[in-house]
This record gives sequence, C-alpha cells and structure tokens, in this order.
Amino acid sequence: MKLIENHPILDFHHEKKTKVKFSFDGKELEGFAGEPIAAALHANGVRIYRITPEMKRPRGFFCAIGKCSSCFMTVDGVPNVRTCVTPLEEGMQVETQTGKGVVAVKG
Amino acid sequence: MTDKEKLYNSGILTEERPGAVRPPQELWETKKNGLVLIECPQRIPCNPCHTSCPTGAVLPFDDINDTPRIDYSKCTGCALCVAKCPGLACLVVDLTWGEADQALMKLPYEMLPLPAKGDEVACLNREGKEVHRGTVISVTEPWKDKTYVVHVSVPKALVMDIRAVKVVD
Amino acid sequence: MKTTEILVVGGGPAGLSAAIEAASLGAEVTVLDSDLKLGGQLIKQTHKFFGSKEEHAGTRGLTIADILFEELEKHKESGKVKVFSNATATGYYKEDGMVTYVVGEDEYVRIKPKKIVMATGAQERLIPFPNNDLPGVYGAGAVQTLMNVYGVAPGDKVLMVGAGNIGLIVSYQLMQAGVEIVGILEALPKIGGYWVHAAKVRRLGVPIYLQHTIKEALGDNIVEGAIIQEIDNKFQPVGDPKKVDCDIICLAVGLTPTCELLWQADCTMKFVPQLCGYVARRDALMRTSHPDIWVAGDAAGIEEASAAMVEGRIAGLAAAASLNHGTPEEHKKRSGIYHKRLEDLRAGEVGEKIRAGLCEVCCECWGE
Repeated sequence: MKLIENHPILDFHHEKKTKVKFSFDGKELEGFAGEPIAAALHANGVRIYRITPEMKRPRGFFCAIGKCSSCFMTVDGVPNVRTCVTPLEEGMQVETQTGKGVVAVKG
Repeated sequence: MTDKEKLYNSGILTEERPGAVRPPQELWETKKNGLVLIECPQRIPCNPCHTSCPTGAVLPFDDINDTPRIDYSKCTGCALCVAKCPGLACLVVDLTWGEADQALMKLPYEMLPLPAKGDEVACLNREGKEVHRGTVISVTEPWKDKTYVVHVSVPKALVMDIRAVKVVD
Repeated sequence: MKTTEILVVGGGPAGLSAAIEAASLGAEVTVLDSDLKLGGQLIKQTHKFFGSKEEHAGTRGLTIADILFEELEKHKESGKVKVFSNATATGYYKEDGMVTYVVGEDEYVRIKPKKIVMATGAQERLIPFPNNDLPGVYGAGAVQTLMNVYGVAPGDKVLMVGAGNIGLIVSYQLMQAGVEIVGILEALPKIGGYWVHAAKVRRLGVPIYLQHTIKEALGDNIVEGAIIQEIDNKFQPVGDPKKVDCDIICLAVGLTPTCELLWQADCTMKFVPQLCGYVARRDALMRTSHPDIWVAGDAAGIEEASAAMVEGRIAGLAAAASLNHGTPEEHKKRSGIYHKRLEDLRAGEVGEKIRAGLCEVCCECWGE
C-alpha cells in the first residue's frame, strides 16, 4: 500500500491499525479495518471504481464525503455503495460497478 | 497590469509596503540576536504575532484586520512570532552575526526532512529559486508544536532575498 | 421511532459548537454526521488558524477539533448528547417534522426532533472541461481527506486549479505530504486567497499561473496530464495552450452550501452569489423561516471555520432557548458575546463579501 509514513505534522500510526484482507474484482488486497473502502483501494493504486451506465466512462474518487456518487461500487453484492464513507471490513468483496448495478434477488 | 503588480498578485513582494517593511538600518546593524521582519501586507483578521510576542515589540492591534506594526526597540530576535504566525510571514535577521559580510536568518520550517545543525541547505528567494547554499547553525521548536525555526548563515547582501530553506541531498 | 429535543445535522465545527452550546444550557441533543469521523473539514486542517485568541488563532485546525471533541465528551458522558457517525440524514418530512437517516448503507432510522440545527456544510464545485470526470480529478477536500485523515498519498504530481484559500492551503499541505505541485492555476488576475498563503508556496518554488485555466484533462482511464490555457480579462484564450504532466488535477474552485433538507422543510431560500449559492433566509439568531429550524456554518453561506463555530454557538443557544433552557439573562449575555465575535471576524476587507451577502438574507426577526 502506498502510505504516507513520515509527515512533518501528523502521526498516522499505521502500525497500530488493524490490517484486514479484502478482495477487489477477485484480487486479494490489504487495507485498514474501519477506514473507507475507497481509501484502501487508493492506497493499493486502484483509481477506477465504476463504469457509468450510458457512456461507459470510468469514475473514481471525487468529494470523499459521500455527497457526489462518483465512488459507487458493488460491495458484498450490494450496488451503489458509497465507498468513500463505508468502513472496510475483513473479507469484504468489492467489485468495480459496471452500469447501474444489480441487487441480488432472493428466492 | 505591470510586472510588479503581477508578481504581487501571485504572492511575491517586490517592494516595501505597510505591513512589509525593513527594520531601521542603524539599529538593525548593531542589534545582537537580530530583529524581526514581518511580511504581511494584506489586511486580514489575525493577531498571533502580537499575542505571542513576549516583549510587546509587535504592537497591539486596534483593529484585528490591521497590518502588523513593530516597536523595534523592544524586539529581542527571540523568533517566537516566527514559529507562531499562521502565514509563516515572520522572520528574524541578525546582521551582527558571523563575519562582516555574513548574517544569520531565522526562518520558519514545516517540511520533511528536518535539517540538523551543520547541514548544508539551499537558500531560496521569494520565487523559490536557489540563491545560496548556507550552513544550518541551529534548529529550534519554540512552541513544541512542529513548527521549527531554522537558523542559517547567509551573505548579508541576500537578507532581503532569501525567504526559505530546502534540504539538499 | 426515536425522539430528541434538538437534532443537529452535521458534526463539523458548526454542528459540534451548536451541540455543545445547547447541551451546556441543559438541552438533550442528538448529532448526526454522515462521515466516519466527526469534525467535518476541521480534522483535515494541519495549518494554523488565523483570527484572534477566542477563535484559537495560531492553533492547528485539527487541534481545534480536539478541543471541541473534549468539550463534547463531557456532555456525552452526562448523557445530554448522543452522537451518531456514519449516519446520513436522508429527508425532512414537513407533514410531521420527521427526519430520516441511514446508518451505513442498511439501517434506516426515523427521528422526531423538537428543534433542528442544520449544519450540513458544503460540497465541492466542479468546472466544466473535457474529461473532468476522469479518476484523478479530485476535489481539494477529497485530497485533504486522503492525505491528512487516512495517510494515503493522493498521487505524485498535482495540478491545482484555483488559488483561493483552499487551493493555496491544500497545495502547501500536499508538499508537506511529499507530493509535487506542478502549478496552481488562477483564472483571475490575482489570487483569491490570503497573500501570505501564496507567499508560503511561492518561496518553495511552486508556480502560480494567474489568468490561466484548465482546458482539458488528458488520459484514457485515469488522469495522465492536462492542457492549460492563458486567458484575458474577458476569459478569452490568449496564445497557445500548454500541456502539463500530472496524475492528479485538484479542483479548488469553490464550495456551495448543502441545503437539501432546508428545501424539503420549505424554508425561504435565496440565491446569494457572495454566499456561494442558495442559502436559507435567517434572523439574527440563525433561525430560518421555519420556527423549528436553525442553520449554521457553511450551510448558511460559505465562510470559514471560525465563523462556523460562532454561528453554531448562536444557533445552539437559540434552539435551546426556544425550549426554555437557560435564563433570559444568560441568553442575552452569551448572544452578545457571540455577535461581537462575528462582527470582529467580518469587520475587515476580507469580510466585505460576506457582509454584502448577509444583507440579502438576514432579517431582524420573523414577525410572527
């Protein structure tokens, strides 16, 4: 993960955080529990979070505070998850959302 | 727009103006430990330079939006304001320091890596151009809040040009 | 269904100040914040604040946030204040005054407050240019979140668009995080932010290109560069466009107040350019045209954290007073102090724009 280890003002204490494994489009990645999924993806060099329905354009981070919808991804089968404000958990399955996303229908 | 105006409009001081003046020359040349220069020419609501000054050299503000005024007779070159100013607009220049053609500048610093005593650093002018390589004489952290003051030796002739230091490999 | 005396929507400097103020008078308060951490934009500010001692001048933004958290903690311990983070308010129903919110992505909650303080802050604006939706085009606040809250490097080379205070400050913060700034673009003939903020980055070698704009972002799937263009006083192109290398284009082109809930509540709104968008009309105590709703902070008009904190105090005070918490003497005394502080903050040249904007939306009282 590309993290800022040394900063003139801030102490991130990355070593004190809980590292968890999660999958992104089938690939295993690492991130910190409780921090936004989008931050973990960014630290792993992933910038593209979804492809838009009509014009098939790539989208990623934009506002980082859950107000713009740019960062929607499908997480554990649920589409349109605001990954910039959704905390990462161990074992989460995160997928690039293509188009509008489909909710799995039971039964 | 003149070239001077263009420069000022992007944050470069081209001449003295209220809030950005040099100390009186005679006093400056003889004051041990140096005098403060504050380069804060814009009227903004701010006064930590005054509230942090232990001797009252930075005068009280009638209106918090006023540009700073200094009573140089009271300035001791302590650099407390240098480390307190939110705009990093204060610096201290000691013209009595070192050889006849040298001076000591005390500049605020908030980057990594932190220079150490004896290090050679690039001295940059207001546009970030390197104009000198100086030696770090000491580094202090007056408020213990991660704003450091780097004391660097410079040529006297460049004290009105040098405004920042950068660590070089 | 939950109930509460005062619901504060937004846990940034305005919201926290409102909650603390109301609780200090004895009100029971619930705070909702859509982010994972409270503190709004304050926790991302590594630079020292301006203003006077009362507004913690010379103290870093994130330290000011800690001061607010500490005060809030006391009221949380006493049970007066409940805080829900990761909780996004989704609607205000005027039929019955119900507010709905979602915790995370699946828990849906209805809460009926007696009074509400809307401290919902602002959102980043976007300027139109080809490929402005490419991953790598980020709001300045987003870049701050990545690097200052989560310690993730946003990229290697940033082109900053906008030389207002946010563009200048975030450029400096990016340098502190070890990121190169290829340049700061400003469409106008002079920077919009404080001169000292510009001087700080100029002396470290960052170029500020006045009367320049971004023409296009380059890249197939992510930002790989940009085309910049010099413009004249009428915003028309001058000379040939230039290509710059960058992997992040940071937009610091302004904020606009977040007001959806106020619209839903049928508050009287007005478009005020000086306050950067549609804002609610309000009286001297920050009350909107709706008798149970107050507004504070950037949601009331884009300004600064110091003003947000004082407005929050006024709104919290007024909301609590409307429920008969505290004595009239106490209300008058505190209100006097807070109004003087706001006056001082807004007295100078930099406050001119705000004062002009406020004239458009302030009324003495609601004459009901």
